[in-house]
Amino acid sequence: MTTDKPLSARDQILHRIRVANGGTSNAATAQSGWSSLARGYKRSATQTRQGVLILLEDRLRDYDAHVIRSTPADVRRCVAETLAARGKHRLVMPAGFPAAWLPPSLTFVMDECMTPAELDQVDGVITGSTVAIAETGTVVLQNVLGQGRRAATLVPDYHLCLVSAYDVVETVPEAIARIQATATLSTTFVSGPSATADIEMTRIKGVHGPRFLDVILIV
Amino acid sequence: MSAGPLDPKTAPAFPMAAKAAMGDSQLRSNVRHATDVIQAKRARVVDEMPDWQALREAGKQIREHTMRHLDFYLEQFEANCTRAGGVVHWARDAAEARRIVVSLVKASGSDEVIKIKSMTTEEIQLNAALEAAGIQPYETDLAELIIQLGQDQPSHIVVPALHKNRQQIREIFQRTMHLPNLGDQPQDLADAARLFLREKFLRVKTGVSGANFLIAETGGVCVVESEGNGRMCLTLPETLITIAGIDKVLPRYQDLEVTLQLLPRSATGERMNPYNSIWTGVDPADGPRVFHIVLMDNARTEILADEEARQTLNCIRCGACQNACPVYRQTGGHAYGSVYAGPIGAILTPQLQEMHHAQSLPYASSLCGACYEVCPVKINIPEVLIHLRNKVVLQNTSGIAGLFDVEAAAMKAMAAIFRSERRFRAAQRLGRIAETPLVRKDEHGLGWISWLPGMLGGWSQTRDLREMPKETFRDWWEKRSGHDN
Repeated sequence: MTTDKPLSARDQILHRIRVANGGTSNAATAQSGWSSLARGYKRSATQTRQGVLILLEDRLRDYDAHVIRSTPADVRRCVAETLAARGKHRLVMPAGFPAAWLPPSLTFVMDECMTPAELDQVDGVITGSTVAIAETGTVVLQNVLGQGRRAATLVPDYHLCLVSAYDVVETVPEAIARIQATATLSTTFVSGPSATADIEMTRIKGVHGPRFLDVILIV
Repeated sequence: MSAGPLDPKTAPAFPMAAKAAMGDSQLRSNVRHATDVIQAKRARVVDEMPDWQALREAGKQIREHTMRHLDFYLEQFEANCTRAGGVVHWARDAAEARRIVVSLVKASGSDEVIKIKSMTTEEIQLNAALEAAGIQPYETDLAELIIQLGQDQPSHIVVPALHKNRQQIREIFQRTMHLPNLGDQPQDLADAARLFLREKFLRVKTGVSGANFLIAETGGVCVVESEGNGRMCLTLPETLITIAGIDKVLPRYQDLEVTLQLLPRSATGERMNPYNSIWTGVDPADGPRVFHIVLMDNARTEILADEEARQTLNCIRCGACQNACPVYRQTGGHAYGSVYAGPIGAILTPQLQEMHHAQSLPYASSLCGACYEVCPVKINIPEVLIHLRNKVVLQNTSGIAGLFDVEAAAMKAMAAIFRSERRFRAAQRLGRIAETPLVRKDEHGLGWISWLPGMLGGWSQTRDLREMPKETFRDWWEKRSGHDN
């Protein structure tokens, strides 16, 4: 009888990698190698603040999102008008969403572990956002107060997303730097409403995620 | 269309399959249209980026660095994912990966799963294994749904149903969803898919996904998609099972700033695809309560061990090389006999088979280099193709079998002829005599050969050869030198 235990899949795969690479890697060599990688691409803004905001609006519209500008004092009126134009009356909202932004004439249901079937019954969802990327027309949502869990921004057919101008960056690297500290939170990058180009490469708006995305940019 | 799964072990050689595909004019026109559209979209959004070449270089360096330190980054990913509540499994090959996934689905208590499009699950033919175990998989990506309902096979790594046009898709949906009055506008078809799948999203308790990136630094996983079906599968089920090749690791979260710029622009010609999901282990307040991830080798370490071919592993599965390839654009994907078609398939598939199958694929290329030019991580596909051709020849000519290989014998004879001037001249004389019965004169009195015997016939099948000149350059030069002296 032999006492040699057969190698686990894990050990065998790691062993094969080490043989292929001619040795074992470690934190120090990985760290020094990573630090010296070439990063000659654009990593900071090149446009004026105003230019960045205009770029965001343009890129969001290009991907079928509807964009409205507002001021901090005018957010509630803007929300009311936008929802009235869409004919939406009953929306789900995450915990921590600013009450001052909610028009009293409409119904906002707090998302307290609503089931997918319950989420499927509301007219839409209203959230804030962590950061927005102008160059790609993207809003980034994380599971924090005012943005909530992922299912709530997914199952309803309409998403109204509020973006503060302070949270708008020009490039993808700037956005990643901003969310690096909260990297382990559930995170969703949203660039326009749900879409597909699976049929003859024709972009069609709306498959499974919200088919309509409105963004209020608070400047 | 193609009967049975795309299995490189049993697929016909590329030239045979390609010839059949070339006869299907509907297929060719569908593939041509789709690849034209996608290439134009890509070119537009790549041209917007003045730093595109710097991004490509960064992408290449990040991927090369990852492979050099793959053992460290996989262990780091495992530790961080486990700490965040995920369960990490390792699979040496496809069979082990299938076994693990099937047993995890069974343990989840479900006899059905909702699936995100995943080429890795296609690679290991997971659906067949699930069905054999009494588990019903539902593909939820629109293209994968078309493939599944049409009992078809994927022909492109990003747009798997690219070979089908809207009328063909309507016919599949009419038949399988029982919608006799369904229209053929893309919007009608997408709406039908939305209704068909929504009930499954809300009901099925177990999800299966692939992964675009595993982040070693955080233990997080990133999935990139368009429709929201991915988010449904990642968010609503109680159990999520993700399967990823060991090559999918990125060192750090920051590296997403490169890959999330390269991938969408290269894959679908979008500045950013509609949805990217990033999650880390289990969050009790958001998403599945149980998360498993299977890290699969399946010959990737073999590729890693080949210094000249290991750049194959840098691939981030964007499909740009397929759209740009003049061969793929003619044949479509099925001719490659593998779920990985086109230029990347021509190098990846035979290596995943450890060069035992799919030996014709390294030759399914004119080496024009269009694939290299569009590759977002600068994989030099033509270089790897040539390296693999060399491997195929070495493998087939080593040992006893090599003695009986006609092509190898011919190549040896050629080498002997080229080594000696005397033998070279003799061969030229012999050639002029041998060609005589094959030469036909055209109206200008030029001699052409349009048919060659035996193995040489491949050459004359699509082109005519000029007859050999009556006087070689060498003869002419010697005569001329003689006069000068």
